[in-house]
Amino acid sequence: MEGGAKMKVMNMVNAINDALNIKLAEDRNVIVYGEDVGVEGGVFRVTEGLQLKYGVERVFDSPLAESAIVGTAVGMAAAGLRPVVEMQFSGFAYPALNQIISHVSRLHNRSRGRYNMSMVIRMPYGGGINALEHHSESMEAFYGHIPGLKVVIPSTPHDAKGLLISAIESNDPVIFMEPKRIYRAIKQEVAEEKFNVPIGKAKVLSNGTDVTVVAYGAMVREVQKAMVMAKEAGISVELIDLRTIYPIDKETITASVKKTGRIITVAEGPTSFGMGAEIAAIISEEAFLHLEAPPKRVTGFDTIVPLPKGEHFYLLTPEKIFYEIERTVKY
Amino acid sequence: MFEEYNPINEKIFRVIDNDGKVINKKWMPEISNERLIKAYKDMLFARTADLQTVSYQRQGRIYTYPPNYGQEAISGATAMVMRNEDWLVPAFREMGAYLAKGATLKELFLVFMGHEDGNVFKNANNMLPTSVPIASQLLHAAGIGYEINYNKKKQVVYAFVGDGGTSEGDFHEALNFAAVWKAPVIFIVQNNQYGISTPFKMQTASKGIAIKSIAYGMKGIQVDGNDIFAMYQAVKNASEHALAGNGPVLIEAETYRKGAHTTSDDPTKYRSKEEEEAWDCTDPLKRLKLYLISKKLWSQKEEDQLVEEYKLEVDRQFEEAENYPAYKLEDVFKYMYDEMPDDLKKQQNEYENFMKWKEARK
Repeated sequence: MEGGAKMKVMNMVNAINDALNIKLAEDRNVIVYGEDVGVEGGVFRVTEGLQLKYGVERVFDSPLAESAIVGTAVGMAAAGLRPVVEMQFSGFAYPALNQIISHVSRLHNRSRGRYNMSMVIRMPYGGGINALEHHSESMEAFYGHIPGLKVVIPSTPHDAKGLLISAIESNDPVIFMEPKRIYRAIKQEVAEEKFNVPIGKAKVLSNGTDVTVVAYGAMVREVQKAMVMAKEAGISVELIDLRTIYPIDKETITASVKKTGRIITVAEGPTSFGMGAEIAAIISEEAFLHLEAPPKRVTGFDTIVPLPKGEHFYLLTPEKIFYEIERTVKY
Repeated sequence: MFEEYNPINEKIFRVIDNDGKVINKKWMPEISNERLIKAYKDMLFARTADLQTVSYQRQGRIYTYPPNYGQEAISGATAMVMRNEDWLVPAFREMGAYLAKGATLKELFLVFMGHEDGNVFKNANNMLPTSVPIASQLLHAAGIGYEINYNKKKQVVYAFVGDGGTSEGDFHEALNFAAVWKAPVIFIVQNNQYGISTPFKMQTASKGIAIKSIAYGMKGIQVDGNDIFAMYQAVKNASEHALAGNGPVLIEAETYRKGAHTTSDDPTKYRSKEEEEAWDCTDPLKRLKLYLISKKLWSQKEEDQLVEEYKLEVDRQFEEAENYPAYKLEDVFKYMYDEMPDDLKKQQNEYENFMKWKEARK
């Protein structure tokens, strides 16, 4: 942040709450609702205090029905509001898929631009929290595959705040996926004032020469831990935080791979038809002659995420990421 | 019964009062003393297990757990009517019904410890595992009901959901399908007044849930879910209705979730102590106990002794679950498909190579 800005230490929960607070304050069209987001402030306390501050008309508990939450947001957006709705866990969002695929992503096109679907659908996602079934999945590639949606995943409190503000201000619908495993695990100084992080722009977190690693969400931190091992092994890693799943920042990824000649993608979801496959295809198209090793996907398995006793096999550890980095560099 | 207690009349079905006194002789069911004592013991066992499970969670020995505390009569009454050949399609707050079906505590513990093997419930005939996505299981119940009619079987499906679940589309679609098909499904709504933090009055503007049965063309009844006699009578009548080919029944069981939604939840954020105390006097175990004591069928001394035995049994099964063999890599893969695709085999093999590399690095 530029000098002079007032800073405050925030975790991702604080940062998202702060972004909602800023947008609720400056735009009365912003409406926040979902299951347990009002009185309780959400099961992860992301919306804590907002109902008290902005009243039950603007921040409220809905009945328990994900399809209805998203479907009513379609109507609100068509009528000019900017709903920010919460799916309690991404694994419970599936009843809303009909509305998301059939209307959220389409009404703008169907009406030839007459109706904006200016809404944000927030959902905590990802594994590593020792949860019951349906609480651990990473289905971002699925949303990325639906034409008409923007899909955003922050990896830091700073980005969470700036990206959410951009998402709420976007006239297009944004699926805002929150890596719940690092909701409170990372704290950093974040500017108190309003700022935007642009949707569609990846960020190079560290420069390197041997291999490009693309990650996002909770995986960024795991890659950073793997990079300590890589450094000991004399491998120089360039780390890109994707930040936006769609529209994907092809330029940043391609420029990096043209420099390093190798690419590894780290994404927690299943292998097949996932983010790694998409990025490998982009690199094959844009940087084929620069490659010195095949693109490598580091992912979960093509299985259901195991319950906690077996989840350690599925989760991507720094060691697993380093193992793949080393194999790719030695290829 | 379904005429007299037609939900349009807004009359809740109740047989005993909060002190265990019979207030509705006409509908007091005939239950043998032995059966009644067994029902009480089963509820007591479920409560002992439930409270102990919460404490295991506090000790960090299991993950998130949704307590049953205060809602035991609903499962308890269902258990008295449900037969081995009947189906149980549970949500996740029906421990007594699971156990009555033949599931073991050890299996339930395994699931809450994070192992899928607990979901096999190998001694429980015709019981689906827990369905976490709210209300989704009710459609499965309607489908099972279709099969029962198709093969002209004499079975009933007992399907559970909470009050929050009645807001999901799946609830309404399941009722509609079951009624159109005249499927023998008893839908039991445990109306414990809260969907996590959201109070019932914010779930629906309707006078209740039972009344919704009318629009779907099926029978419905609102029952005091903490009154074991009323619940037994309602479930029994509903099952006779369904077995006679008259289609589904919707039972709204009024109860109160005395505990938290799950062990991750803190109810003090959204409800008052006064409210909790007001519901305390409706406690289902207390009411049945007072009845049994008044008939000289039970004593506190007996109970204290039994609870100590139960605690040991719960601990025993918990330790068995804790000593369950460690999760293996193949457990992640082997149940994904009837026959494992080659690509999946390769993923497993590649991970085995990684594990060898990891071992060699040590």
